Amino acid sequence: MGADAPRTRPRAPTLPRTPRIVLAGAAILAGALFPLFVASGGGLLDDATLALAYVVMALGLNIIVGFAGLLDLGYVAFFAIGAYTMGYFGSLFHIEVNGGEGVHFLVSGAAAELPGIHLNFLLVVVLAIIATTIAGMLIGLPTLRLRGDYIAIVTLAFGEIVGRIAINGDEIQAFGTKLTNGRQGITPVDKIDLPLVDPFNSLNLRPWYWVAFAMVLLVLFVNFRLRDSRLGRAWIALREDEVAAASMGVPLVKTKLLAYGSGAAFGGISGAFLGSYLNTVNADQFQFAFSIFILAMVILGGLGSIWGVVIGAVALSFINNRLIPDVLNEIPGSLGLEFDLTQLSFGIFGFLLVIMMVLRPEGLIPERRRQIELSEGIEDLGVEDERVYTTVP
Amino acid sequence: MTPAPVRALRAFLGRFGLIGVLLIMPVAFGIHDLRTEGDLSRLGNNLLDGLSNGSIWALVAIGYTLVYGIIELINFAPGEVFMIGSFTAAGFFGTLGLTTAVGIPGLVAGLVLTLLVAMLASGTLNVMIERVGYRPLRNAPRLAPLITAVGFSFILQNVGLLWRGGSQQGIVDLIDSQEVLFAVVGVIVTHGDVLAIAVTVPLVLAMATFIIRSRLGKAMRATAQDPDAARLMGINVDTTISATFLIGGMLAGAAGLIYALYQTTVWYFQGFTAGLIAFTAAVMGGIGNIRGAVLGGLIIGVIQQTSDNRIGSQWTPAIVFAYLVLIMVFKPSGLLGEETREAG
Repeated sequence: MGADAPRTRPRAPTLPRTPRIVLAGAAILAGALFPLFVASGGGLLDDATLALAYVVMALGLNIIVGFAGLLDLGYVAFFAIGAYTMGYFGSLFHIEVNGGEGVHFLVSGAAAELPGIHLNFLLVVVLAIIATTIAGMLIGLPTLRLRGDYIAIVTLAFGEIVGRIAINGDEIQAFGTKLTNGRQGITPVDKIDLPLVDPFNSLNLRPWYWVAFAMVLLVLFVNFRLRDSRLGRAWIALREDEVAAASMGVPLVKTKLLAYGSGAAFGGISGAFLGSYLNTVNADQFQFAFSIFILAMVILGGLGSIWGVVIGAVALSFINNRLIPDVLNEIPGSLGLEFDLTQLSFGIFGFLLVIMMVLRPEGLIPERRRQIELSEGIEDLGVEDERVYTTVP
Repeated sequence: MTPAPVRALRAFLGRFGLIGVLLIMPVAFGIHDLRTEGDLSRLGNNLLDGLSNGSIWALVAIGYTLVYGIIELINFAPGEVFMIGSFTAAGFFGTLGLTTAVGIPGLVAGLVLTLLVAMLASGTLNVMIERVGYRPLRNAPRLAPLITAVGFSFILQNVGLLWRGGSQQGIVDLIDSQEVLFAVVGVIVTHGDVLAIAVTVPLVLAMATFIIRSRLGKAMRATAQDPDAARLMGINVDTTISATFLIGGMLAGAAGLIYALYQTTVWYFQGFTAGLIAFTAAVMGGIGNIRGAVLGGLIIGVIQQTSDNRIGSQWTPAIVFAYLVLIMVFKPSGLLGEETREAG
């Protein structure tokens, strides 16, 4: 490019305020009414509910990776901890407790009769939030001294350790119960039981969808408020330049730990929901590939971009649960190839990661500030930098 | 101002703490053996198996360390490159028609040929990954190449999955790897152990000589120190980086062959754990330091073997990763590394 011409930075188009609110309102309305137009027990609603649960997780990971710039490759740990919280406090898992009578608190229906600990779903969610926030901070602590890529490895190692403990936890006995049920899984898990409505069942998926949708709205709201808060600005400052942020008075330890804690909490909420929704807490769910699945959602949508992450999560979730198994899976067969495309889903996500990073690192719906950061590194090489900066008014 | 004894203790722990932590397991099990069995042969066997297993990790770890030394990137893919090396070797046995009936000269010639093919395949693959995934992102934020690395790792896993299916596959045991060659004071040396050492030692020596003596090796070291200055001195940095990936990949390929012969099973997921174990080894030795990577690989091999034998192999990954976290947190410079920026 010409050295004299002042360069205009690429910008994502933004809508004025009123249309944006109208658009968001329309999207929320459409999302809320969606289940009324599809079969109440059908696969489409099932996929949509899962997609919403993944949106919550992706938004959580987006806080850690997108806002604060700490690459976390072990996000599955928070899913696991959230799900096990649900398993511990809403199933037959602690069957011996209270002399086989069970402990019940604010539950109705079948769950109120069974042995084991049964707490109301909302309480379990609170417990899951507490547990994952603490876990997030604990995992965050050792990474405080480390730099970007080392953080990735340490979080990956933690994720793997949690996964291993989940798999082998049936060998560990403490207080008379096993730590986990290993690969057998904790099942069945209590259905969600909200005040004023009947306990949920697995035949009518609409209530599940609405709960997931409410979670997404809540998490979206929290995400926007966090992003625009003092803490959110501190995260972004941290991401852009840690040293500069520190010298401007951003407390590094607190800011990073809060990023881990809040990001983890979302994983916990979603984990508890999925534990109940999938009706099992199985160690095989908690593998490294799942962390990458969520990370791919964040990257596809655009690191740091809240709407982008929502779309990335919905898109990848549908690709994984519907497009690959139901639509594309016939292609290899019709080409005379013998393989199951569902096995390759993670290769497809890997491919997506590579392509996105090389061709469009800012994601489908880029966050403006992030886009500037990313394009700086790639396009401005060496000497050109100074000229550009001096000519831009 | 901290009092002098505290400072002295801190300095002592800083220098020998990691060594102490590493010694805990062998010493504890050694004492246990002495009390229950009266000799140390079980521990000796753990050590020997660990060393031959560790030589595989050492080879892969060198790939990590070389790449990290030169472009400060954690290349996620060597584990998968190693897996592809294993698969290539296993496939090439079939192509050559190698069986145990071939006889020793034919077997040795076939194995050497397979070694070359596996090394070449893995090396080329690694270079291509660099060319496609890392080079365009060399000036991008550090997260970007790391994410492509993860992506490549998944792609290669799926390539492996398509190639040989999703389950562990036994391959022909060409060298009778569990066959006892000789035993010294209760320590059993098998064919597999000899193979591992016989392949690893010459390769590491050759690689070290190449880096110290050759012109390209010198260019690699210069680029590692300062890429910009190296470029000013007329070094072709891109070629040098490609060469580094080639060497790293070739060593991973050799490790893949040893693994295939030693374990006599291959599967598509072997690279993931191997990659993390080798990375732990590289960090333990001090990332960027080749001697450190070898040392770290051998130590991790011993830890892994001891844990497999005493605690249960299902816990081994968790134990290795726990070591990884501990080292990262308390001594990110590793055993032989210098204090780097990561050390804070």
